[in-house]
Amino acid sequence: MNRNYRFYLQLTFTIVVCAFLIVPVVMSMMAGVTENFIKGISSGITLRWIFEVWDLYRDTIFLSLLIAIACLICTIVLGVPAAYVLAKRQGRVARMIEELLTLPLAIPGLAIALALIISFGGFREFRSSWVFILVGHVIYTLPFMMRSVLAVLSTADFRTLEEGAASLGAGFWRRFFDIVIPNCRTGIIAGSLMVVTLSMGEFNITWMLHTPVTKTLPVGLADSYASMRLEIGSAYTIIFLIMIMPLLIALQHYGKPRSPNTRPVEDDVESPLPSTSGQRP
Amino acid sequence: MEKRELPYLVVLALPVVIVALAFFLLPMARLAYIAGTGDDGFAAYTSVLTKPRYLESMIATTLLAGITTVVTLAIATIAGLFLERNRFLGRDFLISLLTFPLAFPGVVVGFMVIMLAGRQGLIGQITKAITGDKLIFAYSIAGLFLGYVYFSIPRVILTIMAAAEKLDSSLEEAARSLGASPWQVVRDVILPALKPALIASGAIAFATAMGAFGTAFTLATDIDVLPMTIYTEFTLRANIATAAALSIVLGIITWIVLSIARSFAGSSVAAAG
Repeated sequence: MNRNYRFYLQLTFTIVVCAFLIVPVVMSMMAGVTENFIKGISSGITLRWIFEVWDLYRDTIFLSLLIAIACLICTIVLGVPAAYVLAKRQGRVARMIEELLTLPLAIPGLAIALALIISFGGFREFRSSWVFILVGHVIYTLPFMMRSVLAVLSTADFRTLEEGAASLGAGFWRRFFDIVIPNCRTGIIAGSLMVVTLSMGEFNITWMLHTPVTKTLPVGLADSYASMRLEIGSAYTIIFLIMIMPLLIALQHYGKPRSPNTRPVEDDVESPLPSTSGQRP
Repeated sequence: MEKRELPYLVVLALPVVIVALAFFLLPMARLAYIAGTGDDGFAAYTSVLTKPRYLESMIATTLLAGITTVVTLAIATIAGLFLERNRFLGRDFLISLLTFPLAFPGVVVGFMVIMLAGRQGLIGQITKAITGDKLIFAYSIAGLFLGYVYFSIPRVILTIMAAAEKLDSSLEEAARSLGASPWQVVRDVILPALKPALIASGAIAFATAMGAFGTAFTLATDIDVLPMTIYTEFTLRANIATAAALSIVLGIITWIVLSIARSFAGSSVAAAG
């Protein structure tokens, strides 16, 4: 391959695009640990802003973790059986269920949130508890878990395994828990990472559903961007990035479901967060 | 085995269907109904075309999403093709940097625009050093556009790269051996082959931009994009019927656009704001 001027021209272009995306992230990470951002790094490096965020907003961090874990449990309990049923059945009812479960992906979060408020806003206890936010997150993240598991099930030859087990006398539940679930493990892991990442960063639905006592991390972020000094917003962003970074790295690793029982997988599960499943801005 | 299994499968599918009906489909139906209970009745649905304020918001949002899509497709095609066809040190690193912002909520994207073009932003500092005047545009339509391009690039670039990987290189060689210039190869061979991927990822970018709320919310520009209009109608004006009608209209638009993407890209495409 000859590396002529065209190569370097395109390389420069690509690096500029990268810089556009990453420079502000680096700036914000620096601002979060700088005494005074406008004076620059010479004003001193400090953890003061991080501690201040911890004092002001630590509840939002714990609530986001709580909701993400609860959301994960719900999506596994609801999504894995759904994926199994959809992998087994090709009929019209199955396709309708699939459409129903993936429809929330095509509807803006704001609309989903409004629909929930209009329908359940009257139930005071429910409306003011964190479970209300959880419901929104489950509706939004469920399709990701379901698809991730379905992608593995549609490549794994679990039918043959199941038939083998059935011929040995294993009942339906025994086969479901001992054969199907272990075989879609990689799909469940990839789906779980995606669900937790998306739940931790969800803003569009959460902003409408939150109350003063149920603020999640992204709600707190919006609050700090609007009303706090730049350094505090930046320090808070650092905390958010530190929290999602391990998930993203794990997704790189588990994003490609490969196990002895799976054949090569479709393209759309290759990237850690497939382009279609990023956080909704 | 198939027949006897049906009851078990129904038991497995029942919880998820009940949850989806109770917390999604029925609430959405109720939202569609509430939209017609305002002063204008079901004419609320057409208010997006008949009332200047909503029409303006609709036009601004569509234009913003459209221009964002075109610009993002151009940027992502150049960078994506380059990254797919060249192997060099640091390539994987560049790819992971380009896709990293996929995990950012809209509010964080908004904050990144403030970092670049806000009052204490990088662009302001640079322009001040050069011209003496601080250039600040984070809180204008230009800032909003910057944010929309920011969150669209990672979405589009992965699809383009996946499609570029499958290009038939023998066609290019044939074109080249017939005397086609590099630019002719791009125009007559590569771009036509990428067309389905460009349409699919363009549709995703457009639908995502139409529904984006967090970015506009953080930048709080005076240009009301449709999601901000819906939010304002609902919370500040307590105009629930209009907010409901506008969000149903927005949902139908994103749904239709994503259906187009799906028909071009196969089964599993969908993501709106």
